[in-house]
Amino acid sequence: MASSLVQSNEIPAPVADDIAAHHPAGVHAVPKRVLLGVYGLLCVFTVLTVGVSYIPLGPANIWVALFVAVIKASLVLMYFMHLRWDSPFNGVVIIAAMFFVSLFIGIAMLDNKEYQPNLEKPAAVQAVQQ
Amino acid sequence: MSTATDTHGPAVAEHDASGHVHHSPHLAHHFDSPEQQFMSAKLGMWVFLGTEILMFGGLFCAYSVYRRSHPLVFEFAADEYLSTPLGALNTIILISSSLTMAWGVRCAQLTQKAGLIVCLILTLMGACGFMVVKTIEYTRKWDEHVFVGEMFEKNPNRYIITGTTVPPKAPTSSPLPATLTPPPNVADGNAGTSDVAIIRPITAGPAGISPDYLVPPAPVAEERSPTYEQLSAADKKEVSTFFSIYFLMTGLHGIHVLVGMGLITWILIRATKNEFSSEYFTPVDLVGLYWHLVDLIWIFLFPLLYLIH
Amino acid sequence: MSSSSISTAAPPAQIYLSPPEDNYLTHDKGIKSWIFTLDHKRIGIMYMMAILSFFFVGGMFAMLLRTELLWPTAWMIHDAYGKVDTESTLTFYNNMFTLHGAVMVFLFIIPAIPAILGNLILPLMLGAKDVAFPRLNLMSLWVYWIGASFFLYVLLGGVLSSGFGIHLPGGMGLDTGWTFYAPYSTTKSLAGVVPATFGAFVVGFSSILTGVNFVTTLHILRPKGMTWFRMPLFLWALYATSIIQILATPVLAITLLLVIAERVLRVGIFDPAIGGDPILYQHFFWFYSHPAVYIMILPGMGVISEVISVFSRKHIFGYNFIAFSSIAIALLGFLVWGHHMFVSGQSALTDSIFSLLTFSVAIPSAVKVFNWIATLYNGSIRFKTPMLYALGFILLFTIGGLTGLFLGALSMDVPLHDTYFVVAHFHYVMMGSMLFAFLAGMYYWFPKIFGKMYSEKVGRIAALMVFTGFNLAFFPQFIAGTKGMPRRWATYPEKYVVYHRTSTCGAYLMGLGLLTVAGNWAHALRRGPKAPPNPWGANTLEWHCSSPPPYYNFKKTPVADDPYNLGAWEYESPTEGWIPRHTAPDPSNATTADRTRPVTH
Repeated sequence: MASSLVQSNEIPAPVADDIAAHHPAGVHAVPKRVLLGVYGLLCVFTVLTVGVSYIPLGPANIWVALFVAVIKASLVLMYFMHLRWDSPFNGVVIIAAMFFVSLFIGIAMLDNKEYQPNLEKPAAVQAVQQ
Repeated sequence: MSTATDTHGPAVAEHDASGHVHHSPHLAHHFDSPEQQFMSAKLGMWVFLGTEILMFGGLFCAYSVYRRSHPLVFEFAADEYLSTPLGALNTIILISSSLTMAWGVRCAQLTQKAGLIVCLILTLMGACGFMVVKTIEYTRKWDEHVFVGEMFEKNPNRYIITGTTVPPKAPTSSPLPATLTPPPNVADGNAGTSDVAIIRPITAGPAGISPDYLVPPAPVAEERSPTYEQLSAADKKEVSTFFSIYFLMTGLHGIHVLVGMGLITWILIRATKNEFSSEYFTPVDLVGLYWHLVDLIWIFLFPLLYLIH
Repeated sequence: MSSSSISTAAPPAQIYLSPPEDNYLTHDKGIKSWIFTLDHKRIGIMYMMAILSFFFVGGMFAMLLRTELLWPTAWMIHDAYGKVDTESTLTFYNNMFTLHGAVMVFLFIIPAIPAILGNLILPLMLGAKDVAFPRLNLMSLWVYWIGASFFLYVLLGGVLSSGFGIHLPGGMGLDTGWTFYAPYSTTKSLAGVVPATFGAFVVGFSSILTGVNFVTTLHILRPKGMTWFRMPLFLWALYATSIIQILATPVLAITLLLVIAERVLRVGIFDPAIGGDPILYQHFFWFYSHPAVYIMILPGMGVISEVISVFSRKHIFGYNFIAFSSIAIALLGFLVWGHHMFVSGQSALTDSIFSLLTFSVAIPSAVKVFNWIATLYNGSIRFKTPMLYALGFILLFTIGGLTGLFLGALSMDVPLHDTYFVVAHFHYVMMGSMLFAFLAGMYYWFPKIFGKMYSEKVGRIAALMVFTGFNLAFFPQFIAGTKGMPRRWATYPEKYVVYHRTSTCGAYLMGLGLLTVAGNWAHALRRGPKAPPNPWGANTLEWHCSSPPPYYNFKKTPVADDPYNLGAWEYESPTEGWIPRHTAPDPSNATTADRTRPVTH
């Protein structure tokens, strides 16, 4: 094919990209009852989590609270933030971010647990020497 | 494309004399279609939200590490100083403002200008309400002389244990040699100005100070948060760390709320100028996503800080 | 896939010429048209000027450091009586190596390829008119300028005051090393910690925003025909880099904020005297800084993939493997940060986990090296300047990478930690590899960006000087490290003298070589011959437009071919470069039936 001197002033008509064609980012407005329903659920879960926190369950308290928080967060993400109807990659981004945060927290906590005795010793010594 | 204010490409929108499609004034020159531009904006915003999650994640890491190593400190401080009802109120306020924000996005998509403005105003009011409650909490802490970092330590004699009222616990495995001598008694000179009881510094128990240092003086009832006296001497020094973490996390979150308020105000002003419709509502959507993120972070902050009983 | 055959289904190559007098450099005049531009190419040029200036500053202080190390005792600063003031010299030295490290890491290596070559070339490679968010791109640049100036001012102030007695207001200096380890940085160090970390915090946002921009651009603005697996490998590399920038840099942001909070408000997060945990600081810091080294090297590897293929006239070998390995490096890079902390007091369990994981991250890098070598095999190799740097990269990266494995092994790291072995290792990967890749990329795309050809002879001589100087400078450091020479020390026992002196001579030679490179470019800009659209015969889309490109890149988005289908081009002449290979005219194409030569003037 010959090389051509393309110098026309023709403005090409817009061509929607493949991606846009498959995920029409058109006007999908969240229905009112969905919004209100999710809001109601969120309030219910808030009351629930506050209530459960007063029941002494030992270490399980944190996990129950976190579990309820994850449910509430999922509701906000999926419905208020429109992830349910969005391109799935947007969700992948958030999941990835949360995964790396958990990785970071997990390993830091593991390490901290293992070397904690070494930290406490000098503190105790310092207290004595005061 | 050489000026920052130029939103359309060279002669793109104006040429319709020869039958070309008239481009929306909002279509930037480097996008092929408004859909592509919108998808791009959303993706960019989600990626940015991911970065915010990572940033707060660092603070959650500090929280997790310290809570795991000093659980009693957290139980004591959270129970004593953090008001669960106020925290729950803030949660409900933020969730409600999330609702009104999502509703506002919906209004923008359906070109309901009045609805959009009302929703944005309600969201803004929710944000203000949140900041008001936050201010109340912070002022209360200031009055109780419980503040961040150095200011907490300003009166270090505030929390000192007396050896006489607490029965010394029998030494368990001591990490320190028994040859360490106990410290001399420190005279209780500071009367202090608050109504918190000032108590005497540590005195030596019969087995020397070392074993007691890491061990709570009396067994802590499972169902109850420890009181200050029930903390071990090591933990007493860590109470300020709890507040540092508390103020850093809620403080950074509060800054994000303020920024969100600014963004919502900007969108509100633009909405009053009729800039949004079903054809173009991207800024509302993006600010909405930001605001929901602020809510999301609070959804995790609340149980972790306030619901420790 | 290893032969350069014309793929019959591929669209024929086409050059979209535009008037050479009207390109992005000449399109608009005036300083405001530059500072407020939205053109990614102009933004790339401005990044280039800033980043190369910072490289020069960092490099100058490296030369000064090496000069101090010529003698085993401190000698640089003298007091009023002409006697050596050891204390001041040591303070000066601490300020200098902090400046060198911090400026090189934060202001040069991390932004260099993404901000310069990425901004200039990525949209062109996609056949797009710009990045997804041009205004965000401009903001990234401004943020970079502000943060970098702030940062450099503080550090330079410290160096000038401790070394030359020049006191800049607010230039408090930093002597913590680029790693700002707590509790030194949060308690006793020089007061410049707060403004310097704030400057780094701001610069970090430039990195994050660039990452956001590139990820979105690569997802949304790929042209017809460019599926993910027909994307040039340079773009895969930039994609992986952007993922890391997005996920890791915010953690640096919060770490620096915490350092500032601890220093100013005395919150007890890292300082054990007030209840903090210093190892936690290192976890925070290295969670960013280890992936950061992959931000540094991945784009370089992308450049090498392009250069090796073009200058061997062969389709890249193992495209899928190289693409996947970029993503693998990005992800695995997040799992290994603890290998910087083996002797920090970290627990034995975590030590072992990180050591094991560190071995895994070497695998994707090795995959790339093997694929490059396989690409070279049976290729028609041309030793142009970019290729010389690329070949140097392969050798030096292999050395640097292998020595990284030594350090990743727990038992070896214990004696080698904080010695010159580590210094040599990271200079081999950061300088021998990344800098060489950067130079390869700059030379490779120089004709496209500036429309001028540089002098090949001078380029080759400079490359030889840089390569020789580099090895002379850093190879002895491996040996010195194994013999126990600690890093960051200004004075040392007599027995290391020969290593240090050799190293300094190598450093001077390398410095001369780099100055020659700069001169080569400067001369080419003023007096170089005009560059053809495709001087190298590459098939990626940026070579399908004029050199330099017009401000709008492409009026019509080209359809993408296999980026390594080099058979679509044939060599014409030095002035015309490579032109699309003649094929039978397609009757359905109404524009031309004959082959017409491109007009170069």
